[in-house]
Amino acid sequence: MARTTLPTALRHHLAALRMLLALTVITGVGYPLLVTGIAQAGLSEQANGSLLTTHGTAVASRLIGQNFALPARHPGDPHEVPRPDPGWFQPRPSAGGYDPGNSGASNLGPTNPLLTATVRARRAALAAFDGVPPAAVPADAVTGSGSGLDPAISPAYAYQQVRRVARARRLTPARVRRLVTRQLHGRDLGFLGQPYVNVVELNQALAEEARPGPRRPQARTGLTDS
Amino acid sequence: MSSPAVPAATPPSTGRPPRRVAGGLLDPRQLVRSLPDALRKLDPRVMLHNPVMFVVEVGAALTALSAIRTPGVFAWVITVWLWLTALFANLAEAVAEGRGKAQAAALRRAKTTTTARRLTDWRPGATDPAEEEVPGTALRLGDHVVVEAGQLIPGDGDVVEGIASVDESAITGESAPVIRESGGDRSAVTGGTKVLSDRIVVEITAKPGETFIDRMIALVEGAARQRTPNEIALNILLASLTIIFLIAVVTLQPFAVFAGAEQTLVILVALVVALIPTTIGALLPAIGIAGMDRLVQRNVLAMSGRAVEAAGDVNTLLLDKTGTITLGNRQAAAFLPVPGVSVEELADAAQLSSIADETPEGRSIVVLAKEQYALRGRSEGELDGAAFVPFTAQSRMSGVDLDDPRERRSLRKGAATAVMRWVRDNGGHPTADVGQLVDGIAASGGTPLVVGQVTRRGGASDARVLGVVHLKDVVKEGMRDRFDQLRRMGIRTVMITGDNPLTAHAIAQEAGVDDFLAEAAPEDKMALIRREQEGGKLVAMTGDGTNDAPALAQADVGVAMNTGTSAAKEAGNMVDLDSNPTKLIEIVEIGKQLLITRGALTTFSIANDVAKYFAIIPAMFASVHPGLDRLNIMRLHSPASAITSAIVFNALIIVALIPLALRGVRYRPSSASELLGRNIWLYGLGGLVLPFLGIKLLDLLIQFIPGLR
Amino acid sequence: MGDTAAGWLQAAVLVAALALSHRPLGGALAHVLTTDRHWRIERLVYRAGGVNGDADQRWPAYLRSLLAFSFMSTLFLYAFLRLQDHLLLSLGRKPVPADLAFNTAASFVTNTNWQAYAGEATMGHLVQMAGLAVQNFVSAAVGIAVVATLIRGFTRKRTDRVGNFWVDLTRLVLRVLLPISFVFAVVLVAAGVIQNFHGAHAVATLAGGRQNLPGGPVASQETIKLLGTNGGGFFSANSAHPFENPSGLTNLIEIYLLLVIPFSLPRTFGAMVGDVRQGYAVVTVMVLLWAASVVLVTANELYRVSSPAGHAAGAMAEGKETRFGIWSSALFAVSTTLTSCGAVNSAHDSYTPGGGGMTIFNMMLGEIAPGGTGSGLYGILILAVVAVFVAGLMVGRTPEYLGKKLRGQEMRYASLYILTTPALVLVGAGLAMAFPGERAAMLNPGPHGFSEVLYALTSAANNNGSAFAGLSADTVWYNTGLGVVMLLGRFLPMVFVLALAGSLAGQQPVPVTAGTLPTHRPQFIGLLTGVILIVVGLTYFPALALGPLAEGLR
Repeated sequence: MARTTLPTALRHHLAALRMLLALTVITGVGYPLLVTGIAQAGLSEQANGSLLTTHGTAVASRLIGQNFALPARHPGDPHEVPRPDPGWFQPRPSAGGYDPGNSGASNLGPTNPLLTATVRARRAALAAFDGVPPAAVPADAVTGSGSGLDPAISPAYAYQQVRRVARARRLTPARVRRLVTRQLHGRDLGFLGQPYVNVVELNQALAEEARPGPRRPQARTGLTDS
Repeated sequence: MSSPAVPAATPPSTGRPPRRVAGGLLDPRQLVRSLPDALRKLDPRVMLHNPVMFVVEVGAALTALSAIRTPGVFAWVITVWLWLTALFANLAEAVAEGRGKAQAAALRRAKTTTTARRLTDWRPGATDPAEEEVPGTALRLGDHVVVEAGQLIPGDGDVVEGIASVDESAITGESAPVIRESGGDRSAVTGGTKVLSDRIVVEITAKPGETFIDRMIALVEGAARQRTPNEIALNILLASLTIIFLIAVVTLQPFAVFAGAEQTLVILVALVVALIPTTIGALLPAIGIAGMDRLVQRNVLAMSGRAVEAAGDVNTLLLDKTGTITLGNRQAAAFLPVPGVSVEELADAAQLSSIADETPEGRSIVVLAKEQYALRGRSEGELDGAAFVPFTAQSRMSGVDLDDPRERRSLRKGAATAVMRWVRDNGGHPTADVGQLVDGIAASGGTPLVVGQVTRRGGASDARVLGVVHLKDVVKEGMRDRFDQLRRMGIRTVMITGDNPLTAHAIAQEAGVDDFLAEAAPEDKMALIRREQEGGKLVAMTGDGTNDAPALAQADVGVAMNTGTSAAKEAGNMVDLDSNPTKLIEIVEIGKQLLITRGALTTFSIANDVAKYFAIIPAMFASVHPGLDRLNIMRLHSPASAITSAIVFNALIIVALIPLALRGVRYRPSSASELLGRNIWLYGLGGLVLPFLGIKLLDLLIQFIPGLR
Repeated sequence: MGDTAAGWLQAAVLVAALALSHRPLGGALAHVLTTDRHWRIERLVYRAGGVNGDADQRWPAYLRSLLAFSFMSTLFLYAFLRLQDHLLLSLGRKPVPADLAFNTAASFVTNTNWQAYAGEATMGHLVQMAGLAVQNFVSAAVGIAVVATLIRGFTRKRTDRVGNFWVDLTRLVLRVLLPISFVFAVVLVAAGVIQNFHGAHAVATLAGGRQNLPGGPVASQETIKLLGTNGGGFFSANSAHPFENPSGLTNLIEIYLLLVIPFSLPRTFGAMVGDVRQGYAVVTVMVLLWAASVVLVTANELYRVSSPAGHAAGAMAEGKETRFGIWSSALFAVSTTLTSCGAVNSAHDSYTPGGGGMTIFNMMLGEIAPGGTGSGLYGILILAVVAVFVAGLMVGRTPEYLGKKLRGQEMRYASLYILTTPALVLVGAGLAMAFPGERAAMLNPGPHGFSEVLYALTSAANNNGSAFAGLSADTVWYNTGLGVVMLLGRFLPMVFVLALAGSLAGQQPVPVTAGTLPTHRPQFIGLLTGVILIVVGLTYFPALALGPLAEGLR
C-alpha cells in the first residue's frame, strides 16, 4: 500500500509544484516585468508616482497628501500634537499623520463616542483657526480619510482657509482665492467621484505665488491624529 | 367472511367521476386512541430516527433538568410545552399508523389458519391424485392443493385446473364473486379468499409469511415502511437546517454574554426548538404513511413508498385502449345501406342476423336498431323456422336462415371480405358502393360489418349486399378532459392497442391521447418503455397478463390488476384490487400530492421562523439593547409571555396540521408554474403571516398566567 | 451635475459596461472551458508541470489535483514569506513571523486576501509580485475551474468525468486573466497608478518635513487583485490608497474589474447548458441583490442613519476619500462585499450601522451577487439547488434542475455546502467572543466592537478579505484561527461542489415537460431571491441583532 500510494501522492504534489513554478514565471515575473517595461518606457511620469518638483527636485507626489504643520517644539516626543501651519492650506486629518509607510483609516465606528468627541473638538478648533462659525466647517475637514494620505479636500474647505492663509502669507484674499479656484478639480468625466482641491498642488502653487511670510503660531489644538 | 373485511374499502371506482384526491377526515377520537402509541414513541432510541424531533426531545429533557434545579413558572411551562411538541409529533405518526393498523387487523382476521388439501403427485390431466391434509403454513412453492366450494384457498397461487367463482371480499372489499380459471390471465388466486362454487387445483406461488395478505398487512401497518428517496433527501435538508440553527443558538451565548445579557438554558432551548423545522419534522413520517394509506383507500397496494413517489414523477402513461380509454367493446354506431336499400331494411336485417349473437357488438346492433328505428328486438324463440348460424373463425360471419314457406331468406353479417365472398358464391355481385362504404368506415377508425342477404324463391335466388354496419370504439366519457389535465401536468399518454394503425389513430384522435402504439405485441410495449426510459422518462403502465410481466417490471410504475396472473402481480410494484386501469391516473395524482404536501409544509415550517424571531429576539435582548424592542412588532406582553407564546404556537401548529398531513394538500392538475405559484402564496406567505397572528393571539391569553407577566 | 445625478449616472454607466461585456466575456469563458484545442504555450506549461493535458478527470482526481496545487501554493508562499530577506527586491524587509506568514499564505491561496499585515511595511516587491500576485491569478482560476465542473455536471450525461484541472487552471490564467489584467494594468498606469521597482523614495516636503514615497509594481498587481476578486492591496489602505486608486475614473474601472468576471459567468453557464435564459435568471437575481444593497448602503450613508459621529461631522466622511465621496465609496463597498474581493476604498468600520451591517450581510449571503470568480456562481447555483428542491416538491415531482434530479445524494452535498460557512462564521465568532483576550482586539466599544469580530469571521469564512479594520487581528490567535477558517471556508465547499458535480454528471437527464419547474421565469427569480434572503436571514439574525441591529436601533 504505502509503496504504491506514497510515490503517487508525491508525484502529484511534485507536478503541482512544477505547475505553480511555471505559472509563477509567467504571471509573477514575466507579466510584471512587461507591464513595468511598457510603463517606464511610455508612461514614466505616472509610473513613478506623479511627482511634483520645485527647482528640479521632487517635493511631493501629487497623489499623496502631506503634513503642513509647524516644526515640532519637542522633536522626539512622540506624544506631541503637531500644530497646523496657518500659512499653508491644511489637509484633512490623517490617522497615520501622512506617513506613506502607515496608510489607513481611524476605523472609529459611527456610534463611537470617541469619534463624536474628536469630530466636535476638531470642528471647534477649526472654526477658531479659520475664523468661521463652527456650523460652517465642512465634514471632510473634521474627519479622517480612508487612506490617511488623502491629498484632496472639498472646495468648501479650501475656500474656508483662504482668509487665514492670506493673512498669514500677507497676500490679498482675492489672490489666494484665485489660486484655489485655479486648482478646482471637477468630477472625472463629469460624473465620477467628487469635486475636490488637491492640497499638495494648491500649496505648491501657493509657494510659487509668494514666499511664505513670518509664521505666527496660532493653533490651540492639534488637528491631526497621531 | 361475508362482512366487508376492509372498513375503509370504497365502492368500486369504475365510472366514478374524477374527483379531488383526498382521504378521510380526521376523527378526534383517533387522536386519543393513538396517545399510548405516541407516548411509547418518546423512547429516545425511536426518536433518533427523526433528527429534528430528537433535538426537541433532548431540549425538553434539558429544560426539565433546569426547571428542577431552579423551579419557576416560566421554566415549567416551557418544559411542558416542549414535551408536548415531541408528543404531538409522535401523535401525528401514530394516528397515521393507526388507520393502517385497523385495516391490518381486519386483514388478519381473514388470515385464519387453514388446512390445505395437498395433492402429492398432481400432474396435468391426472385424474385422481393422492391427497393429504397439511396446515396452510406448511405449504411450499410449487405445491398443488385442491380447493372446493366453501373452502378457503390456503395460499397464493395460480389455478392450474378447473374453474371456480371466488369471493375476494376479504382483500378487495368487493362482495361480487369473481371467476378464476386455469390458463389465461385470470388464473391468480389469493390466500384467504373463498371458493364459492366448483373445484380448482392451485399451484402455490408464495411462501407462507410472504403471501399477498402478509405483504398487505405489513404495508398498511407500516412495518415494511422504508424511507423513500425523496424523504431521505428532504430529511438531509432538514437535518442540516437543524444543525445550522443549533450552531446559531449555541454560539449566541458568548455574543449575549458580551452584550451583558446572558441567557438561561431554558430560553436558549426554546429558541432552538422554535427555529428548527419542527412542523415538517413532526409531520414528515405521517405524510408518507398517509400517502400509502390514501392509495389503500383507493384499493391500490403499493409495494413500496418509492413506487408512490415515482408515480408523481411519471412522464409517460401507457394505457391499454380497451377498458381504460374505451368502453370494453366496439358498438354499432350507424347503419349505412347501399343505394336501393332503405336504412330500415338494413337495420331490420342486421338486427335479425344478430339476435343470437351474444357478443357485445351483436347486442349493440340490436339495441341500435331498436333505439333508432323502433325495431323491437325479437327473441330467438319468436321466430319459427329460424336457424341461427354462429360466428366461427373460419367463416368470420354469423347470421340466420329464415325458412318461410314462401321464400327462404339467409342473412349474414361479418367481415367485409367474408360476407362479400358469400354473396358472390351465391351468385350476387356486390357493387363498388359497398367497397366505398367499407373503406370509409375503416378510414375513420371504425370497424365495418357487412350485412348480406340471399333470398330463394322457387328456383330463383337473389344475393346481394344490403349495407354496412359501422362499429366503433366508444371512448369513455371525460377521457379527453383527463388527458388534457395530464398534458398540463406534463404527462404524455400513449394508448396501447392491438388495432391496426388506422383505427388506432382515429381513436387516439377522439380520446385526445398524445400517441398510440398500434398492433402492439408485448415486445413492442417493452421496447416502447425502454425507449422512453432511455430519454430519462419515467413510465407508468397497467397490465394483467403474464406476457405483461416483463413490461410491468421494466416500467417505473407498474400497476398489476388484481384479476391478473400472479406473475403480473409479482412483476408490478402496485396492485389495483379493483382491477380498474383508469386508476393509474389517480395513482399519479396521489404521488404528486404526496410530494406537494412535503414541499408545502417545509415551506410553511421555514417561513414560520421569521415571526418566531420577531417574538423571541426582542424578548431576549431588549433589556440590554432597548432599541431592539422595536423588533417586537407584535407588541407582545413580556419577554416570558413572548417566548411562551412562540413555543405554544410551535406545538399547536403541529396538531392543527395533522389533518392536512393525512389528507394531503389540495391538488388540482395544472402546470408546474401555476401549482408553484399557488402553493407559494398559500404556504409560503401563509407561513410567514399566520404565526404573527397566532403568536399575538396566544400572547393575549398567556399574559394572564401568573408568573409569565 | 449634483451628487445625486452623478451617483446614479455612475451606477448606470457601470451596469451598462458590465452588460456590454457580459456576452463576449461570458462566451469566451465558455469557449475556454469547453474547447479541446491547446495553445502552444499551454502545451509548454503542461510539459513543464509534467501533467497530461488531454486527460479527463473523475471528480476525486480533479479534487486531488486542486488540493495538491493549493497545498503546494500555501507551502511555497509560506516559505517565500519566511525567507523574503534572503531574496531579491526585499527592500530590507524582515522575514514575516510564522503565524502571520501562515495567515497570509492561507489568505492568498484561498482567494480571501485578508491582510493582517501592512503591505508597505511588511512585504518586499518580489514577494508581492511573484508570491502574492501569482496567487491572485491562480486562486481566481481555481474558483472558475470549480464552477466549470459544476456546469459540466449539469451538461454531461452518464459520465464520471468532470474535466481536467490543469487545463482549466492554465487556460483561465493564460487566456482570460492574464490578457485582461495586462490591458487594464497599462490603463491604470496611464491614470496614475505606479509601476516601478523603486524602494521608498524620500522627498523634502513643501512644509519642510520629510516623506518617504513608496514604490513598487502596483498596477500589474492591482488589476489582478480586482479582476480575480482577490482584494489584497499592495498597500495597507488598499484601494483607498492614492497610488492604487488615484481618481474617480480609476475607481470606476476598479469596480468594473472586480464585477466583470462574476457577472459574466452566468452567461458562461447559460451558454454551456445550452439555454442562455438559465444564465439570465441567475444574473437577474445577482443584479437584484446587488442593486438593493447599493441603494440601502448609499441611503444609509447619505442620511447618516443612527450615526452620532456622522451627524457631528455633517456627513459620513470618516474613512472615505474626498475624491470618491459617499456614492463612489458605497458602490465600491457593496461590490467588494458581494463579491469575494474584499478590496476597499473606504473604511467600512466607520460606515453607519446600517451601511456597515449591510456589508456584513452581503458577505453572509455567501457572496453570490455576483460573488467571487467562480465561487459566486457555484454559491448561487447551490442555493438554486436548494430552492429548486423545495419548490420542485411543491409542483409534485422529484425536484430536478436543468434536467438533473435532486436526490438524497445531491441534497447531501448541497446541504453540507450551505452548512459549512455559517458553522465556520458562528463557531469562530463564538470562540473569539468567549475569550476575553481575543475580545480585547476590538477597537470600538459595544455592539460595534462585536460587529468587528463578526465581520472578521464572516470575511474569512466567505473568503472576502475586507475588514472592520479596527480589530487588531495580527495576533497569534486570530492569525491562526482566521487562517484555518479561510482554508476550511474555501476548500470544504469546493469538495462538496465537486462531489455534487460528479453526482450530477453521472445522471441521465430528465426531459423537460409542462410538469417541470421552469427555472428561467420571473417566478423562479423571485423564489430564488426569497430563499437566499430567508435562509441567510434566519441563520444570522441573532448575531446581526446583537451587532449592527443593536447598534442601529437605538
